[in-house]
Amino acid sequence: MANPAREALLDPLFNNNPITLQVLGICSALAVTTKMDTAVVMSIAVIAVLTFSNFFVSLIRNQIPTNIRIIIQLTIIASLVIVTDQILKAYVFEISKQLSVFVGLIITNCIIMGRAEAFAMQNPPVLSIVDALGNGLGYSLILLMTAAIREVFGSGKFYGIPVLPIVSEGGWYTPNGLLVLSPGAFFIIGFFIWALRTWKPDQVEAD
Amino acid sequence: MRLLRALLDKQEKIFSGKLERLHPLHEAGDTFFFTPGKVTKNPSHVRDALDLKRTMIVVVIALAGCIFMACYNTGYQGNLAIAAGATALESWRTSLMATMGFAFDPSDFLACFVHGALYYLPVLIVTLAVGGLWEAVFAVVRRHEINEGFLVTWMLFPLILPPTVPLWQVALGISFGVVVGKEVFGGTGYNILNPALVARAFVFFAYPAELSGDKVWIAAQTSTDGVSGATWLASAALEGRAAIDTGLTWWDAFLGLIPGSMGETSTLACLAGAVLLVVTGIGSWRIIVSVAVGTIAAASLLNAVGSTTNPFFELPFWWHFVLGGWAFGAVFMATEPVTAPGTNTGRVVYGFLIGVLVVLIRVVNPAYPEGMMLGILFMNVFAPVIDHFSITSNVKRRTARYVNID
Repeated sequence: MANPAREALLDPLFNNNPITLQVLGICSALAVTTKMDTAVVMSIAVIAVLTFSNFFVSLIRNQIPTNIRIIIQLTIIASLVIVTDQILKAYVFEISKQLSVFVGLIITNCIIMGRAEAFAMQNPPVLSIVDALGNGLGYSLILLMTAAIREVFGSGKFYGIPVLPIVSEGGWYTPNGLLVLSPGAFFIIGFFIWALRTWKPDQVEAD
Repeated sequence: MRLLRALLDKQEKIFSGKLERLHPLHEAGDTFFFTPGKVTKNPSHVRDALDLKRTMIVVVIALAGCIFMACYNTGYQGNLAIAAGATALESWRTSLMATMGFAFDPSDFLACFVHGALYYLPVLIVTLAVGGLWEAVFAVVRRHEINEGFLVTWMLFPLILPPTVPLWQVALGISFGVVVGKEVFGGTGYNILNPALVARAFVFFAYPAELSGDKVWIAAQTSTDGVSGATWLASAALEGRAAIDTGLTWWDAFLGLIPGSMGETSTLACLAGAVLLVVTGIGSWRIIVSVAVGTIAAASLLNAVGSTTNPFFELPFWWHFVLGGWAFGAVFMATEPVTAPGTNTGRVVYGFLIGVLVVLIRVVNPAYPEGMMLGILFMNVFAPVIDHFSITSNVKRRTARYVNID
């Protein structure tokens, strides 16, 4: 068996990706991926919250009474989300306005709850941090790939810089309106899942 | 014929040897010309003379009237607008018309037909080429035979597009329709949505400027202050029944001499297709009739309710029948056997709800003057649920009947 830390970090990228295999955190993946800048900020915010929540939950995992563990986990996550929200408002106010309610909704992001419950409750703090980083990166990977496709083909830009000159500004590219709508993200994530399962057929569920 | 048979047999050897992966392509060519020689080997099969291949070909024949209207009416509307003062579009079609010596004369049948065909045929060819490519790719990779289902999708898709649609959008649309609408679910017979409608929905949402509005329905340069290019449904949405009653006779709309998507305008052609589909047992009359009943119910209800702000409320059901894609959708899209429910009770419920939804989307939703595509796609999703409930309720009824025996 490979080194557990290495596995905790790299496994969630492709083998056990939180979005494409566990299909968690889809809500924010649809909502914030129309542009690269929101997706980047969202990714950083989720990685930060996930890392700290895994760390704190893991630190006190032996003191948490089992029957109120969800409440305690939620208290930790909620505090972290509020701090993150305040930091975003202070330093990147414009993007924070665009992300609007979805920063607050990190609290309901199943990936964070899921890792606290499934991993941090059973593993020591350092390993939990590594696991959080791995899952956060797996989430960010899909988020950024989706956002890149949606922004380039949906509005002809990448990170706000025009790459495909669009027709209304005298160019040749007609932006694909579907990609700017939420269903566009659904289709792209669906295509990712399709590609990933063709590459790794063991991820296909049994009928 | 014997020569062709010999040629195909000779190729058969190559395609079962070296080029085995490409065998579906050979098989498709072979069975296009000849009835397949293979017979079912195992017992307990229901056999019908009407196999999948014939089913699909009957649908294509049923579409003949709509295809004719796609050529004639597209050209007629274009010529009519040009004769009324609109300029012809700057495209190769216009120069080709001039080269062949046709004037843009709406009373000249041939000029109308050729002008329309110049718009319809390129869309059809692009659909066949791009859709066929995807079909072949999936047949080769998945090692199944190329299926005749594609013929119907490919005939339907161009008919539900406006004449001025750019050809690259046709290519993108049919790619999405074939791949996401059908192949991801496992190919012909496994699709939950109608592939032709998925293709149209993709183009509709991705490129709304080319698929909706007032400029795309007539093959000429239309504008609000010159010749209006709005469909009658769009006029009805803005000005209500008065606009239609003064501008249009019901018979013109019934015959299909109105602007719209290329093949959808003629209710008469759709009705002829419906007769063929119902007589051959391919289309379900229950679906067609219940779509009509649903439309009558919803439209009459809205007529009775009335509205001071939305003049579309007063449009009676007989106008709903002949405007937009109602007839085409009810006959050729809603009856698609794979995506419609399989039980008779289910079919009635399904058709009725499509009829209600169409009127609701048309009238109550301010964003889209047409609702046939979205109504059918929405009910496609619900077809399995409808089937589930009609089967379980039947099971319950029958158990109740025998409850005293045990």
